[in-house]
Amino acid sequence: MTTAADLRARTKELLAAHPPATTERTAFLRARFDAGLAWVHYPVGLGGLDAPRGLQAVVDAELGAAGAPDNDPRRIGIGLGMAAPTILRYGTDEQKRRLLRPLWVGEEVWCQLFSEPGAGSDLAALGTRAVRDGDHWVVDGQKVWTSSAHVARWAILVARTDPDQPKHRGMTYFLCDMTDPGVDVRPLRQITGEAEFNEVFLSGVRIPDSMRLGEVGEGWKVAQTTLMNERVSIGGSRIPREGGMIGTVARTWRERPELRTRDTHQRLLELWVDAEVARLTGERLRQQLVAGHPGPEGSGMKLAFARLNQEISSLEVELLGDEGLLYDDWTLRRPDKVDFTGREAGYRYLRSKGNSIEGGTSEVLLNIVAERVLGLPSEPRTDKDVAWKDLAR
Amino acid sequence: MNPTTEPHQADLLYSEAEEDLRAAVRALLTDRNDPARVAVRAEEGAPYDAGLWKALAADMGVAGLLVPEELGGQGASHREAAVVLEELGRAIAPAPYLTSAVVATEVLLACGTGGSAASSLLGDLASGRRTAALVVPFATGPEALRLPGGTACMVTAVADAATADVLLVPSTAGLYAVERAEAGVDVAPLVPFDLTRPLATVTLTEEAAAAATPLAGAETALAAVRQGLTAGAGLLASEQLGLAEWCLEETVRYTKERHQFNRPVGSFQALKHRMAQLWLEVVSARAAARNAADSLAAGSPDAPLAAALAQAYCARVAVHAAEECVQLHGGIGMTWEHPAHLYLKRAKADSIALGAPGAHRETVGRLAGLPTPA
Repeated sequence: MTTAADLRARTKELLAAHPPATTERTAFLRARFDAGLAWVHYPVGLGGLDAPRGLQAVVDAELGAAGAPDNDPRRIGIGLGMAAPTILRYGTDEQKRRLLRPLWVGEEVWCQLFSEPGAGSDLAALGTRAVRDGDHWVVDGQKVWTSSAHVARWAILVARTDPDQPKHRGMTYFLCDMTDPGVDVRPLRQITGEAEFNEVFLSGVRIPDSMRLGEVGEGWKVAQTTLMNERVSIGGSRIPREGGMIGTVARTWRERPELRTRDTHQRLLELWVDAEVARLTGERLRQQLVAGHPGPEGSGMKLAFARLNQEISSLEVELLGDEGLLYDDWTLRRPDKVDFTGREAGYRYLRSKGNSIEGGTSEVLLNIVAERVLGLPSEPRTDKDVAWKDLAR
Repeated sequence: MNPTTEPHQADLLYSEAEEDLRAAVRALLTDRNDPARVAVRAEEGAPYDAGLWKALAADMGVAGLLVPEELGGQGASHREAAVVLEELGRAIAPAPYLTSAVVATEVLLACGTGGSAASSLLGDLASGRRTAALVVPFATGPEALRLPGGTACMVTAVADAATADVLLVPSTAGLYAVERAEAGVDVAPLVPFDLTRPLATVTLTEEAAAAATPLAGAETALAAVRQGLTAGAGLLASEQLGLAEWCLEETVRYTKERHQFNRPVGSFQALKHRMAQLWLEVVSARAAARNAADSLAAGSPDAPLAAALAQAYCARVAVHAAEECVQLHGGIGMTWEHPAHLYLKRAKADSIALGAPGAHRETVGRLAGLPTPA
């Protein structure tokens, strides 16, 4: 069993062999991957050491203290949080060897082709078709809400391979090359003015059967791994007090006494309490993970943070008074990562509206908590045994 | 204080020993505490079951968790006492645990155990042979403390005074211990909103004041009482957590069984979402309550903030859980027969006890450096 001391020693060896000050960033990250220190809970040879996940913090702390570069996880979040665990679980040896290293290093960005205009919360209703053609699949359809599609080399894709089956059964999961000529990526402008997401049109895209993940018709099962990892993407590190959006508004409160009113004070205190308790709840979850007893709390953290981000940024805009009437920039930007704190309050207020929609709406997450954590019965279903092609749409 | 630095890294989990303690207390309460009997005893004006207290306090030794072993206690900490309170809250068990084994005990410990009077009293409380009550209105939080000008005084809404053997009476003159049975001590029971926690008006004549045993001088007394109320508020959060947890579990259980429109009512999203929301509040309350218990146990400078934070949050969660429990039970939730009303009354009274959430939020604001407007 790998211990914290082993990891510290290995990290020191890595730093000695590849001093961050004199090593090019990509070269350092590749060396870190090859040393098994990328994600220590992954298998040996695939960037890990089969070590307990909680020990990653030990490596991160050592590397951080030595000023080593990181892989800019926010830029490659979909690859790290969603594609990688799914490839690890369902991928062939060849797929794992080819894809995981450039994914982790950040040389190849990943995006997710799941949602469609007609399949949002009801993802299993998706209609993008994949038809077998010899040792390839030919894909046609439209995907939406695709972050990073304009910079992505690869996509995880779920498509319908058998419309005669009920909706959950006729899907297959693929790894799609975004440089295929049939892939057309168009910016999707949001309420913030920027286009962080895209629409992706797939016309006659040819995917080799070797880039299928899991069995034909098992796409829904494979996608569950992706989605569970999306919602439980709690990091391995502690969040400091006032570490989130509450920190920004608290600083404004301290630095600008002229803005203070009795009403905003009461609301600020309520939100400060809620934010600090949410932070402690995340910290408790982290301690459970480190102790090897993950709790179901992760399912609720996204709900809590969506509400907090929305209410805190709303208060912040109001607190700013005249300045709250202004906006920093409506021009159509194409950011390659989301930055909740880099822009102004008005931006945060608008962007956080997405927090209760993206990655599962808060309403769907409440259903998941109710049914999977509390064991409450599901609503009666009318779509379960109906062929996908016969569903109302 | 710089709010972005945290002097104390709280352990928010339960140890194995704490889980064992929980199992033992829960087994005892399952065996000995019947919510239906609680309501009956409460109406008879005697909610406390002496047998239950003896089993808990004397036989299991949980009354002495905060008291060092050399004074006859268990030498444990607020972490363990918090686990006991979670279980008492869960079972809505009427027992003078919070008032005697936490608040009064903490006050005596903060007086310094050099004096023989405080020490011998602590030994009595730890053994569960006797109980004590702090003579301040039960709604008093650590920040709102106003002491009477002398030991001869009249104080209303004092929790557990009627059953306490000893009254701890703070005033601007200092802290004194008075036997409840002493001449000149009048303890007049009130009709409490929370049937499971007796309240009384305590009146002490000059004669009783003269017979009182001094425990601490004015300055020590004020700090000790404040410390007792802080620990009480911080650990009350664990009682609120246990209470909320029962309300949620019972509501989930009931709505899975109860059928209307040919379906379990718990399958309707309108109800499910409310229970899922409550679940999120309960897991959050657990983090806040453990943080308070651990900070108090460590004697951290962060403890007053942790206690205020926990109380500001958990008080609201307990009330919400009990209100949802009543509503989602429908008609049966409104009856005297179903125990939901006991939980609602306890939750609402607890939210006022030891400082209302608004008062604790103000404390949080002061300690976190978020000043009130000029």
